[in-house]
Amino acid sequence: MNLKPKRPAPASPILALVCGFAVATPATAAAPVIRVDGSSTVFPITEAVAEEFQKAHKGNVRVTVGISGTGGGFRKFCRGEIDVANASRPIQKKEMDDCAKTGVRYYEMPVAYDALTVIVNPENRFVGSLTVAELRKIWEPSAQGRISTWKDVNPAWPAQKIMLYGAGADSGTFDYFTEAIVGKARSSRGDYTASEDDNVLVRGVSGDRGALGYFGFAYYAENRRKLKAVAIDNGKGPVAPTPETVENGTYQPLSRPVFIYVSEKSLERPELREFVDFYMNNAPQLVREVKYIPLPARAYTGNLEHLAKRKLGTVFGGQSEVGLTIDELIKREAQI
Amino acid sequence: MDSPRQMRPAGESEVRWRRRVIARRRAWDWLFGLVGVLALVLAASVFAALFSEMLVAGFRHLSWDFLTSFPSRRPADAGILSAWVGTTLVMLVTACVAVPLGIGAGIYLEEYAPRNLLTDIIEINVTNLAGVPSIIYGLLALGLFVYQFGLGQSIASAGLTLALLILPVVIVATREAIRTIPQHIREGAHACGATKWQVVAHHVIPYSLPGILTGVIIGLARAIGETAPIITIGALTFIAFLPPSPFSDPHRLISFDWLMAPFSVMPIQMFNWLSRPEEAFQQNAAAAGLVLVGMTLSMNALAIWIRYRFRKTIKW
Repeated sequence: MNLKPKRPAPASPILALVCGFAVATPATAAAPVIRVDGSSTVFPITEAVAEEFQKAHKGNVRVTVGISGTGGGFRKFCRGEIDVANASRPIQKKEMDDCAKTGVRYYEMPVAYDALTVIVNPENRFVGSLTVAELRKIWEPSAQGRISTWKDVNPAWPAQKIMLYGAGADSGTFDYFTEAIVGKARSSRGDYTASEDDNVLVRGVSGDRGALGYFGFAYYAENRRKLKAVAIDNGKGPVAPTPETVENGTYQPLSRPVFIYVSEKSLERPELREFVDFYMNNAPQLVREVKYIPLPARAYTGNLEHLAKRKLGTVFGGQSEVGLTIDELIKREAQI
Repeated sequence: MDSPRQMRPAGESEVRWRRRVIARRRAWDWLFGLVGVLALVLAASVFAALFSEMLVAGFRHLSWDFLTSFPSRRPADAGILSAWVGTTLVMLVTACVAVPLGIGAGIYLEEYAPRNLLTDIIEINVTNLAGVPSIIYGLLALGLFVYQFGLGQSIASAGLTLALLILPVVIVATREAIRTIPQHIREGAHACGATKWQVVAHHVIPYSLPGILTGVIIGLARAIGETAPIITIGALTFIAFLPPSPFSDPHRLISFDWLMAPFSVMPIQMFNWLSRPEEAFQQNAAAAGLVLVGMTLSMNALAIWIRYRFRKTIKW
């Protein structure tokens, strides 16, 4: 044992200096911050807008975008923690009540359309289109254990095992698909590969000859070489998912609008008004760039008119709705 | 197994028999060594495979621009500036909270606390806490730090959350390290007239510091890769500005506004890129992974250097 006097530890003064922040001071207001949160489906659109908006303002206004799901976004929105909520479905009754309780009033603004795309492996030669009835036959809860080969769906098809890939139960995509196809939201067979990460589904379907899956159009658009989109027959002949068929309302019932909800109170701040203006003016170009389907220009001007005329609230009354075409949506929004 | 007392077969000479027994034991020795090496090779090759795959995918994208750009919808323009700054600041807060608290608690439990039912319960709980899933800490922190203390979705909240997460690891490591110090060193110091505090400050802490630092490294390495609790308390995915600089306020020497700033961290940025449809974002994620591994390694290197410095001063 060496009893020489210990020299001071070299790290301790540095540690003491760095750690001397015990008393945190509240943030002083520097550049104003616009807070957006919510759906991961709407995230790429709002991210693109936020990026360009900050560039246009040279950093004098700051925008943050989080991903906590449509439901999580509305929770924060109704608590007044964020200014804008990204939503891949209209606000629901319970969320409307939550917002009413805290006195958060909002403008509902559709910003784009998404086409839920049903895809199969490119090696699959026999399936070119599916009717909604066939899709229901595959996906309804009672199909579990009963429909296991393509032959079970249509006797003309081979007895190849059908492997299913779909959205995880926490996503708005799952809610919409089940409601549109099975007829009841959140009602689906359970024996399929479910993932919130659509790239998992892309990989699954592209590597499995008998596979069938569904997810947002952007993931199909980026992976066209690895996947084959199935045309959907809703009683009027098969329609393939393309920007055109979504715009003219023929790709049904898997076209769905996505929204942003803007808090009325936040709009008292001039930078938020500017942000919304910027969003609506640049949406057509930016939405296309991130592989969603833009609304016609009159839909965006309509959103801004609501703002000017202080037309608050939702036109969906807390209900979810499937098969709404762009025209019907615009008419509906105009009635507010 | 075969002990020397084992029966020697009749007709075999004593020497031959002993040689046979020794040879068999050497074989076991060798076999165990082989198993150990295999385990090591397996672990190392898994890491090497993962790392080289990441290197191949991400190396081309790694550039100065990548480190100094904000996230973007265009994969080629996207960078990790806000993410790595966020991670660095969060880890700074975590280390500054967890290290003194953890070491303090460990020293108290080992050197000061009486042995009774209460300390036993505390001990069991601390050990158990080390195994609690991180999302639970996230939920606790959301209620406590974000809302109760009003810290909001800030760097301070995230740092405190991760500090809670690694506190048990630091405490356990501290206690283990202190236990390795022979009792006669304390007794010797007391015999020379040292007070309890002098014993702790001059002997216990310096001698156990290498072991403590190992625990700190393990804890911080765990914290830097955590995603779940950070998402729970509200880390952002797109943020294209940095927290205010500590030297930005002319009226104060060092301002702590950055503690309350919104932030993002590296694992969240990677996770977001991995879930994007564009393939180029996958390469960005790999490049970000390389940076994260680099950050972890340099953090470890710092701790190892400090540990080395301390080891040199210990002469028993």
